[in-house]
This record gives sequence, C-alpha cells and structure tokens, in this order.
Amino acid sequence: MYDVIVVGAGPAGSTCARYAAMGGASVLVLEKDRDVGMPVRCGEAVSNRSLEKIVDVDPRWIAATIKRFRLISPAGHVVEPDLGGYGYVLERRIFDYDLARLAVEAGAEIHTKSYVDGLLPEEHGWAGVTLSWKGERREVRGRIIVGADGVESRVGRWAGIDTTTHIRDMETCAQMTLSNVDLADDVCEFYFGNDTAPMGYLWVFPKGNGVANVGVGISGMASKKKAAIRYLQEFVDRRFPGAGVLTTVAGGVPCAVTVDSLVKGNVVLVGDAAHQVNPMSGGGITSGMIGGKMAGESIAKALRANDLSLLEEYPRQWEKEIGAKHRTYHRMKSAVYKFPDETLDDIAVSVLKLKPEKRTIWGVFKTALRHQPSLVWEMVKTFGLG
Amino acid sequence: MLLIEIKPNTCDFCGCCVGVCPEDAIELQEAHIEIIEERCTNCAKCVWVCPFEVFVFHKPARKEQAEA
Repeated sequence: MYDVIVVGAGPAGSTCARYAAMGGASVLVLEKDRDVGMPVRCGEAVSNRSLEKIVDVDPRWIAATIKRFRLISPAGHVVEPDLGGYGYVLERRIFDYDLARLAVEAGAEIHTKSYVDGLLPEEHGWAGVTLSWKGERREVRGRIIVGADGVESRVGRWAGIDTTTHIRDMETCAQMTLSNVDLADDVCEFYFGNDTAPMGYLWVFPKGNGVANVGVGISGMASKKKAAIRYLQEFVDRRFPGAGVLTTVAGGVPCAVTVDSLVKGNVVLVGDAAHQVNPMSGGGITSGMIGGKMAGESIAKALRANDLSLLEEYPRQWEKEIGAKHRTYHRMKSAVYKFPDETLDDIAVSVLKLKPEKRTIWGVFKTALRHQPSLVWEMVKTFGLG
Repeated sequence: MLLIEIKPNTCDFCGCCVGVCPEDAIELQEAHIEIIEERCTNCAKCVWVCPFEVFVFHKPARKEQAEA
C-alpha cells in the first residue's frame, strides 16, 4: 500500500512524484517502457526562464543554447523576433532520467516495464491500479492515483474525466534526429505554410556537433489528407539531402485547453495527460513540470491533513497561474491556424516593416491578429502587455 | 465488424491514436498495439491522426466487392 501511485515517468510524473515524496508521502512510479526518457518524442526546446523556475538546471541536460528564433513564412520571408530571453534545446534522454533520479532521491520508488491497464474499484473511489509486469498480472494499492500517462491519458478516462483530444487539437508529429547538418548552433527555425506544415509548424532545432532535432506537427484535421511523416520526409530530402538519420519517431501533442477536472475523487492528472501543453507552441515540458509540482505539493498536504478535499488547491492554483493563459493561447492558435498562406506572408512582410525594437514575439502576434481586435485585447488583458 | 486494420511493423507506439480514440478502444504497450474490437465503432479518428499511416480503413462496400 502506497500513499501515491504515479502512472508515467515523464517530466510531469517524475516531478509530481518528487514533490509528493519530499512532502513525506510514500510514492510508487510505474513506467510502461523499459527505459525512462526513451524514446524521445519531442522537439526538446524550452525557454531558459521557465526551466530555471521549476528545477536547478544541470548543464548536462543542455544540447544547445538558443539566442535567435527564426520564423519562416510560406514564401520564405524570414522574421527574427526578439525573444527577450534565450532558449535551450535539451537532451531529453539525460533530462528525463535525471528527473526520475531526483524523485527517487526524494524517496519515491520506480518500476519500469509496468503497464497499467485499469483502476481497482472500491466503494468510494479507487483503491489502486491493475498492471501487467513482464506478462504477470499485478495489483498495487494506493490512496491517491496520479495519471501522468501522457497523450494517451487513459487513467483519467477510467476515473470518468473526459481526456479525449479532439482531432483538431491533436498535433500529430514526426521527428528525426539528423547528423551531418550544417546549422548555426544558436538558432531555432520554425517553418509555416500549407505545403510544409498545415495547421502547425515544422521545426529545426540544433543540438550541437552537426546534429539537429527536425520535426513537424500538423493538426489531425490536416493529417486526414496527408500524414506528418510525409511532410517531414519531403522537407528533409529538400533541405538536408546529405544528412544521416539517427532516429525517426512519431508523436502526438494535445494542443487543447486543460481538462475540465484535474482532480476527481482520489485521481489527479498532470502533464500531457491533463492537457497542460501550451496550445500555441505545443511545448509541454515545463508546463507539465509546473503541473506536476503543484499536484505533488497538494497531494502531500492532503495526505498530511488526511483530507482529500485539499487536493482541490491544485486545480485552483493551476487555473490562476497557467490555465487561464492557456485558454487565450488556444483561441490565438485557433485564429492563426485558419490563416491561408497569403495572410502568413503578409504578416511576415508587415512585421519586417516594424522598427527592430518592436519586432518581439508579441509584436508578431499583434500584427498577426490585427484583424481580430478582440483577441488582441484579450491577449493584453491575459498577459498584461501594452 | 472491425473495419480498421493495423499494418504490421509500421507502428512507433506513440499514443497519438489513443489520445483521440473516443471509446478507449486501443491497447498500447511499449511495443504492442491492439484495437479492442468490442469497443471500436470504426470512427476512423485513429486512421486520420496517425503520423506514420499505420492504420488502414477498409470501406465496407469495397470489402463486399472483394469478397464477391
């Protein structure tokens, strides 16, 4: 019997486990794969500020430090907005591993190769989980169950939370790690356009030593006609014909608003499973870790007080600090994704006419959404920007 | 009747299909995928979102012709 069972050892699950354990809870993390952090299904880019806010950054996690951010319109106009900070391209194989290690150092246990396939019902809520471990059926009991099971998000469904992602909001992704590419080590590139990445974008992120993380994410609506891997293969053939392909992986990112219930009874959701991804950028590493930390702290508090109603502090805090912002991002995304290529090109040309000091990421959004003044006003209200 | 087929050895086990499945009808382990026939309604959302074109949707009409 554990205080907490965490299903999934990604960044959100490990962070939740760490904070729950630090707060005195006995924690078991169950990971379905044989390895934490593998395979990497991710662009691996984060902003320095958001990462530094949530964890002490180890230099071994950083493959490249990003100083410039290049947006490329369908016709090839290049805009380099000022980031007002910098970014990191992570080495997630090492990063995820270390986050799991930090959880274990805080007192959590971790079991890999453990495929959770259901919840154990009891009279009022759930008594634990059922799982298969190397083909053997097992049951584990826990007072609180955390669904950190990523894009699949089945733990939430079993508990009666609607976690199904609408295909419009599912960014379906293909990603390659390429070697022998000629790239600046401090520039992240984002390509837009109907022929390159409909209702999404294609990324080229450097990882040092001539290695790049190159991938594409397109909406499930666009994927009906042509799959993500085809867009990626065409781009790679055109742009990096001499590259060696070190990995080719698929992925899915729920670019939606946060699920309606982050907590239901003794079940708590964090990370991609809770749709805590920034729906505009598709970035979910740091936001999932923030969700994991908030959840872990609330769980520890609720257990110490022996009062599960204290779990509700987590959704309140999430809504206040991030949830509301993500709703605005989601509306911005929905507006931008309807733009035809000509509009994207016009936006790039207009931004290039701005004075350099106005060419910030917000300058880009304000220009992009100038025909939707209500959305610009909402942006200003939500993010406190002038 | 299940109209969706999984092409063998093409799946990367990413979970994109599981995330959009409205019926929780896909069982996905580290290197094993399976459609639970009793739950699947052949809505084809998994077919649409798959980044690697792992699923094939067999239209019933075409199937009947093939059988005839």
